[in-house]
Amino acid sequence: MSFLPPLLEPILYLAAFGAGLSVLIGTVEFRGKTVSYASFIAPALLAINMMYNSFFENTYGSFVRMYYQKTFDAMLATPLSLEEVITGEMAWGATKSLIATVLMQAVVSLFGLIQYPEGLLILPLSLLGGIAFASLGMVFTAEMSHIEMFNLPIFLLISPMFLFGGTFFPLEALPPWAAKIAWAFPLTHLVELTRWCALGSLDAGLIWNFLYLVAFSCLFFPLAIWRMKRRLIK
Amino acid sequence: MGRKEEAVVEAFHLRKTFGDLVAVEDVSFCVMKGECFGLLGPNGAGKTSTIRMLYGFSPLSGGTLKVFGMDIEKDWRSIRARIGVCQQENSLDPDLSVEENLQVFARYFDIPLSEAKKRARELLRFVGLDGKREAKVSQLSGGMMRRLVLARSLVNSPELLILDEPTTGLDPQSRHQVWERLEALKLQGISIILTTHYMEEASRLCDRLLIMDHGRVLAEGTPSDLIREHVGKEVLEVGNPPDGLKVLIREKGLEHEDLGHRLIVYTDSAQKVFETLGKHLGEGSCLLRMATLEDVFLKLTGRELRE
Repeated sequence: MSFLPPLLEPILYLAAFGAGLSVLIGTVEFRGKTVSYASFIAPALLAINMMYNSFFENTYGSFVRMYYQKTFDAMLATPLSLEEVITGEMAWGATKSLIATVLMQAVVSLFGLIQYPEGLLILPLSLLGGIAFASLGMVFTAEMSHIEMFNLPIFLLISPMFLFGGTFFPLEALPPWAAKIAWAFPLTHLVELTRWCALGSLDAGLIWNFLYLVAFSCLFFPLAIWRMKRRLIK
Repeated sequence: MGRKEEAVVEAFHLRKTFGDLVAVEDVSFCVMKGECFGLLGPNGAGKTSTIRMLYGFSPLSGGTLKVFGMDIEKDWRSIRARIGVCQQENSLDPDLSVEENLQVFARYFDIPLSEAKKRARELLRFVGLDGKREAKVSQLSGGMMRRLVLARSLVNSPELLILDEPTTGLDPQSRHQVWERLEALKLQGISIILTTHYMEEASRLCDRLLIMDHGRVLAEGTPSDLIREHVGKEVLEVGNPPDGLKVLIREKGLEHEDLGHRLIVYTDSAQKVFETLGKHLGEGSCLLRMATLEDVFLKLTGRELRE
């Protein structure tokens, strides 16, 4: 059931934005390349899908298991350590990102919006993006006292990334100060990587987007474990 | 007390603080192999905090704790592989069936899936849930869930079973069923540590017990020794005692508690008490009964409400 959205969502988005808006927009020109609006947003939809699946799994999903179902308490009476339990949670968040990407990419590919073989790189990329957003989500899970408080990071962080992370229009359309902020978002880098994989044109500059996501994960993954230990070990 | 090498748990001067709050101030006890040991105390006495240190969930704020002769801080992983824990709060996975709950839990102990399946079936039979194998956890009654939690804590064939209020909130039928299962486990030689505030449960199951309050040990011993030491053999309860009776009891130096509308006299010989008090007992109700663990508990921990 939870994997129905990645199958249906791209069809809705592509119908609304791809078919509807592309009549108005037609093609998008950015960085010296001209692409159809549908091929511009399709990879962004994939990247957003990675973010949603891992972030929501390790916020709402993990919080329910931790707070309401007491699953972590039960697991901590077995030979598992808290580090292992939390690592497992985040690994599952990243795995969900991968599964959702496989499904959505299959649908999007039917519309001929992804170039292969470069497009295959999106799959391992969904694990990296998954770990980044799983770690971010887990940090919030460690800090939130109530499940409704997740509205805050969603409103202040996830939604702005969804709208301004180079998803539905190129960052060049933003005023320079806003573009600088957008480059701080992890989603912007994930969209960038996914987009160039989907368009089938890779260049050396993408290494910086890749390194950004690696660095982001290397920071937030241990942070999530540290904060969870502080919350749960009493 | 048995020989030293038979101790399953050796706890010395355990201490647990949460910031300024002292949950466990100073608790020491030993649990011998094959013994059922009870931790009794009112709410907030520090029972659960003590239990959580026992299975390495909470780090100790002070003291030393050995389980199976190993240090809990260092060897928690091998210790946890050999114990079963039945926590106070229901932590079953509602997304899984009854049988899957056991199988998944067995995997945390690295038990191979084929063996986990076999073990799950045996345990469901043991707790009388084999008819519910496919059921979802949400379809179970409170008593069934408790029995499933008990089955889950046995999945690794533990040598020591730790039970935190195993029958709280259960109806008498379910409670008796849990007790029967626990008695069967005792016969198999499993050591058990149990917290409860049901005195009947403690008297029935525990070989030895400890009464604690405010993070300290108040008394320790077998149920019958504790009753004999702290309240004597019999208890006389007098309803609406006349003032003359209260004065007489104080003059005679009889051990008693004056609750205003009710007077409780502890004695080794009801015969003597009746001879002494005789006609002073008055018109109110008068009940003579055996002393119980509940008398000990209330005498030691007081009668005021907690929390």
